[in-house]
Amino acid sequence: MSIKVRIPTPLQKLTEGKAEVEVEAKDVRGLIEDLDKNFPGIKDRLCDDKGRIRRFINIYVNEEDVRFLQQDSTPLIDGDEVSIIPAIAGG
Amino acid sequence: MGLREDQIERYSRQIILPNIGGKGQEKLLNGKVLIIGAGGLGSPCALYLASAGVGRIGIVDSDAVEINNLQRQIIHSTANVNKPKAESAKERINAINPDVEVIPYKLRITSKNILDVIKDYDIIVDGSDNFPTRYLVNDACVLSKKPLSHGGIFRYDGQAMTIMPGQSACYRCLFPEPPPPGLAPSCQEAGILGAVAGVIGTIQANEVLKYILNMGNLLAGKLLVFNALDSSFRQVKVPRDPKCPVCGEKPTVTKLIDYEEFCQLRKKE
Ligand SMILES: [Zn+2]
Repeated sequence: MSIKVRIPTPLQKLTEGKAEVEVEAKDVRGLIEDLDKNFPGIKDRLCDDKGRIRRFINIYVNEEDVRFLQQDSTPLIDGDEVSIIPAIAGG
Repeated sequence: MGLREDQIERYSRQIILPNIGGKGQEKLLNGKVLIIGAGGLGSPCALYLASAGVGRIGIVDSDAVEINNLQRQIIHSTANVNKPKAESAKERINAINPDVEVIPYKLRITSKNILDVIKDYDIIVDGSDNFPTRYLVNDACVLSKKPLSHGGIFRYDGQAMTIMPGQSACYRCLFPEPPPPGLAPSCQEAGILGAVAGVIGTIQANEVLKYILNMGNLLAGKLLVFNALDSSFRQVKVPRDPKCPVCGEKPTVTKLIDYEEFCQLRKKE
């Protein structure tokens, strides 16, 4: 199953500058693991030391924030588009 | 109050728009908008609101214009380097449109002064450049039930959302906690393309105009995400969080707190 993931600018250092990558995963937890396999270190940026998604980074499956779905158990299906959106403060 | 001849002429291209007309123009001339930060976001936002004839614009900024600001903070000019930004912005707005009363606030917005500063305005624009101020402005607007236009930029990315307290998600519903200081570089450290600030600041001006004119759909409950490199705009849904500490079912933030401490910039004393 192929899921498209949009990587925000601050994390693109870890994805060799790529703004969009494809992963194989059945749920959001699997997506984070698969991302980390291809781009080591990205999990640490997305999750805290207990493995929970950090509270200043949101993960959206299509248009929905996984915090309001089933968090990292939110299932993914082929063709889903995932966006990682961090808080940014510049002005 | 009725429009003067010169006002009918000045605003003719928007008065002829469906949904605006003379009535809408009067609403704009009676509108009161507070812009926090006369920087990359506040500059284009203030310019468009001033040109549109928003009657009173408050500008909060404690800094002076620096030459490295001019790449993106388009309300200021080379001649105004070293001048307070609030004064520089006032000068430019008055030069564009004498209908606008500009109230400059040369101060740092804090938990102590914010409620007093925002209380006489219809809507607040957050054009600040740091997390403590963003959470402060959010909480103050939610507690005072003031609509808030949020905008943020980083390198080639921009975000905007409009917060209607009690009706739509607030900034804490979107991001419950700020990143720790080390993980969030500022524009000064990370860089920013001026046009990205222009896009988001202009979206914020557009939100304010729609709010005052009571038309269209606000970015309430929706986050607009802009990327300059692929010229993409996307929207994601932002539901209200029942567990939100400031606008949720059992709020724990019922008065303003110490936001430097909240953002871990300073340890609890
Ligand atoms: Zn909230």
